[in-house]
Amino acid sequence: MTSVDYNSLGFDEDATPRFDSPASVRDRLGEVQYLSNDAISSVVYLADRLRKPILVEGPAGTGKTQLAKSVAEITGARLIRLQCYEGLDEGKALYEWNYRKQLLRIQAGQSGDAAPVTAESWHNLEEDIFSEEFLLTRPLLEAIRAEDPVVLLIDEIDRVELETEALLLEILSEFQVSIPELGTVKATQFPLVFLTSNNTRELSEALKRRCLFLHIGYPELDREQAIIQARVPGITTELAEQVARLVGALRTIELKKAPSVSETIDWARTLVLLGRESIDAESAKETLHILLKYQTDIERANRELLSVVK
Amino acid sequence: MLDLLSGFVVELRNAGLPVSLTEHLDAAAAMSHISLEERTTLKAALAATLVKEEEHYAAFDLAFEVFFAMRDPAPEDLDDADLGLENGETAQQTPLTGSGQQRGSGGGGGSDLTPEELAKLLMSALVSGDASLLKMVAQGAVSRFAGMEPGRPVGGTYYLYRTLRNLDVDGASARLLEQLRDDRGVLEGSLDDRLLQAEVATKIERLKKAVEAEIRKRLVEDRGKEALAKSVRKPLPEDIDVMHATKDELVQLRRILQPLSRKLAVRLARKRRHGKRGGLDVRQTVRKSLSTGGVPIDPRFKKPRPSKPEIVVIADISGSVASFARFTLHLVHAISSQFSKVRSFVFIDGIDEVTRFFDATDDPTEAVYRINTEADVVYLDGHSDYGHALRTFDERWGKEINQKTTVLILGDARNNYHASEAWVVKAMAERARHVYWLNPEPRDYWGSGDSIVFDYASYCDGVIECRTLRQLEDFVGELA
Repeated sequence: MTSVDYNSLGFDEDATPRFDSPASVRDRLGEVQYLSNDAISSVVYLADRLRKPILVEGPAGTGKTQLAKSVAEITGARLIRLQCYEGLDEGKALYEWNYRKQLLRIQAGQSGDAAPVTAESWHNLEEDIFSEEFLLTRPLLEAIRAEDPVVLLIDEIDRVELETEALLLEILSEFQVSIPELGTVKATQFPLVFLTSNNTRELSEALKRRCLFLHIGYPELDREQAIIQARVPGITTELAEQVARLVGALRTIELKKAPSVSETIDWARTLVLLGRESIDAESAKETLHILLKYQTDIERANRELLSVVK
Repeated sequence: MLDLLSGFVVELRNAGLPVSLTEHLDAAAAMSHISLEERTTLKAALAATLVKEEEHYAAFDLAFEVFFAMRDPAPEDLDDADLGLENGETAQQTPLTGSGQQRGSGGGGGSDLTPEELAKLLMSALVSGDASLLKMVAQGAVSRFAGMEPGRPVGGTYYLYRTLRNLDVDGASARLLEQLRDDRGVLEGSLDDRLLQAEVATKIERLKKAVEAEIRKRLVEDRGKEALAKSVRKPLPEDIDVMHATKDELVQLRRILQPLSRKLAVRLARKRRHGKRGGLDVRQTVRKSLSTGGVPIDPRFKKPRPSKPEIVVIADISGSVASFARFTLHLVHAISSQFSKVRSFVFIDGIDEVTRFFDATDDPTEAVYRINTEADVVYLDGHSDYGHALRTFDERWGKEINQKTTVLILGDARNNYHASEAWVVKAMAERARHVYWLNPEPRDYWGSGDSIVFDYASYCDGVIECRTLRQLEDFVGELA
């Protein structure tokens, strides 16, 4: 009951797992300056072992996309990215027949010799124009057919319509694509798959069931400080700590848009560029617009956190 | 271990999490790949396979604490060999709390720490932020102060309150702030001081968590997992009964309201765009077909032009239903782009239009706050009077209701035995497209005591029981 029959997925059963333990995931991610936590490293490790896609959810700018990139980097895999948007369809995500080329092929066949169209010649033609030569592969099919190791990133899945999600289901559970004219294309190796979502809408149960779920929230104080130090060269420990603490405090205020990790890093960079050694209320006020993007938020932060009580 | 997992999954389902069979199997498979000694990994693995929504983490955490936290050696646990390492911590605690088996018997079990020692230990635990030290303090404090009695069917909250009060947590927090200020040379009132306060608050929060965990652990020993899980189970945020929500629950509700309304707006906007296709757009289709040699492979359709309703919300904001009215106003205005016009009125015994507060700001939270402070809704005594409020509405704004308008009336219709003036609703229903009444009370209570909802019901297109955010969301979603 506890073991899954991998043969049914058509992969090489002996394929070496990518990671030895959650700890090794964490260490190797750390080497490429991605500081993970227990949840992140465990889920990445499990995704590899269980051969399941990871659905990463969380507020914007907490490193969801970066996680996929960093995992690709440490496993030496090629990153194939599918950016989702409203109106994304099969033709853009999976594959498409090259209509124009097919038309050309048909016309070329007609003009060359004016022989009458027989059942056989039509059959040949049909077989010809529905061959791989006329197939335009899109990211999902490309990831399935890749011979080299790949990491597939399906970014902002919540932007596509509910109906379009269904396109992904076959890939996510069976790692195969069915093309009516060609048959089923199966993956020869198991690609690590990351789906990211900003949670602007509910994803379908069917999709969620097929994935491991990982929520990346705002980091703890220590981790954020470490992230700042890793990502902002030349920052002092003191300043990094102050930045992390101030941002942490800002997140406790009810804001329209809490500062994200990427905004925090931008802010820390700015402070370093300005040659600040430490932050006081004044310098924080001056540069607050980098952290907060709404005027009402800036006002509220000023009022509740930065106004100095004498 | 698999039995334990099954019990855990059952508990999650009882708590309202939709855990499917596949997910259960995934969790079992995941457990075969990780070392079970590492609790954080185990927790992450179970969370990743069983929980698929952030809002459900709280319920998951609680259930996990109950099912997997108390790994004290007990004969009925088959997997102790696997989980042996976990007990390293227990060994360390033993001198403080006495043997694990005795602890359930409350207070007696070897709490050889005096309150003074405990207070000292607490301070050093808080200053250093050392988790194991904090745990020790929690154990000492619970043994000493909680006065737990086996078999007593009270919830953990009571013990928590007793422990924290006796531990003098507020005093400790003040002292901690003082000490940290001195240590770091922070001036009172400066920016650093603000940050320090935030830090202290987090530390205290952590202490409370530790105490809570300790209490829960002992309750499990006393009563068993399933029983405790049942008694500590809390409803998911969207299922909380708004009228009877506690302060903490209201905070929770407010937090999920914003993402909820955003999601609803996105969903409705999509529905509007993709719901019905318009007719064939011949010009566009022909234009498109040029690139395929005049074969119309890709037909184009005209954009549909659906009608948007006009919404008038009339909300009772007297004490009993105030929070419900606020949530509804928030939600309706957050998705106001889905309606051609939204007008809001609030009343207690007088009535006032509050649309202007929402127009003035793009932040519904702020508008709702201003309603509480600025709206003029008291006419006589500040007790709900639906009759007077509705009559005034009819006099002042009644003419503005036309066949495009959908009227929502929110309230429990507990009228303090005033006149109902139901004819106003009747007149409204004749002019408006729809009149709906949203009642935050359970259906069973309708019409009992001074509730006169049935007086109005006969003129409304529907009276809807709307006790939780989920019900509210469903209704508003249907409306647009």
